[in-house]
Amino acid sequence: VNCAAVRSLAHAYLDGELDLVHQVEIDQHLRECDACARFYESQRALKTVVATDAMRLTPPPQLQDRVQHAIRRRRSIAPQWIGLAAAAVAIVIVTALLSRGSERNAIGQEVASAHIRSLMAHHLTDVASSDQHTVKPWFTGKLPFSPPVSDFKSEGFPLVGARLDYIDSRPVAALVYQHGQHVINLFEWPSSNANANASEKVETREGYNVLSWSRDRMNYEAVSDLNVAELRQFAQLVRGAR
Amino acid sequence: VSASHFEQAVLPHLNAAYNLARWLTRNDHDAEDVVQEAYLRALRFFGGFRGDDARPWLLAIVRNTCFDWMRRNRPQEMTESFDEEMHVVIDDRETPEASLLRRADQAMVRRAIEALPITWREVIILREIEGLSYKEIADVAGVRIGTVMSRLARARAKLMELLAAPGGEVSS
Repeated sequence: VNCAAVRSLAHAYLDGELDLVHQVEIDQHLRECDACARFYESQRALKTVVATDAMRLTPPPQLQDRVQHAIRRRRSIAPQWIGLAAAAVAIVIVTALLSRGSERNAIGQEVASAHIRSLMAHHLTDVASSDQHTVKPWFTGKLPFSPPVSDFKSEGFPLVGARLDYIDSRPVAALVYQHGQHVINLFEWPSSNANANASEKVETREGYNVLSWSRDRMNYEAVSDLNVAELRQFAQLVRGAR
Repeated sequence: VSASHFEQAVLPHLNAAYNLARWLTRNDHDAEDVVQEAYLRALRFFGGFRGDDARPWLLAIVRNTCFDWMRRNRPQEMTESFDEEMHVVIDDRETPEASLLRRADQAMVRRAIEALPITWREVIILREIEGLSYKEIADVAGVRIGTVMSRLARARAKLMELLAAPGGEVSS
């Protein structure tokens, strides 16, 4: 190893993040090279003044009460809201049954509402990244399933991020794509129907186009103000990538 | 998921949550507001939490809540701090003496950390104070491990420069 390599690995070495082979190489180099040894010594000195409990900023004692209070209040309000929300959902379902008589409608409505909510200030993404290898692992531990994630930048539909959302009373993956100035929300969650391979359905909700399909035991819902033709093009990319 | 289960799993990490929020916002009151908002978000997402260590999971939520809050309330700080190319030439610089760094007092060290751009500050706090692994930091900050390593190297170079400067004063 040369000095430049040692300098760049010195941090991982110092932080105990280096594999044994590199550790041994660096040990050896530090014994032989004064300049690098001095560099490493300074890094270690810096760590001793930064990585100390003196740098830990502790909250005022009342913060615990304040947070606990907020949590419990949210909890105690929740049942009432759930009651109201249930009533609202019931109305939506009844309306849906009256108009077209399908459970599909309630989901279409939820998907459109989730899309609208996401467009309000700062709700679009929990993780902002165009890298599918960043976005996919971000869901680990947050969802009971692993959602497929792909970027379609070269096809004009770049991935911009992702967040968690709730559809049909379960947590779902929401992937956010862009096409020109238009935002597309792609919702993904496992299908309860084992051999579900439903073909594409289109509907319009609150002025947004909703495209839904199922494949390989996953439900997909793509929502956007894009026109149906472009949204279909996007859906084809998604199916092609899986 | 019961409320008490959530409180048992997540409330013990209040100090870590506040520490991160306080370093990122650099203000006591803002940090408290952000922590409360982050806990309410965490409550909403807790049903989807599957891991066994809630601390990195909570810190990711605190971090995102902080960044959202900063974009909303202090957007100018966010644009400055995203300047990854901020001038740090690591190799051409004379390494400061270790003894000079060891002399830095706590107030100086605090000011130096506060002077870092927010994306560098967060890796320093998560690594040096919270003791998170590179992988955990990458997950919390939503970046690759390579990015964590380069931010850490730049942040440390900048801290050295600030702490070993003649007179040791940090201009803010």
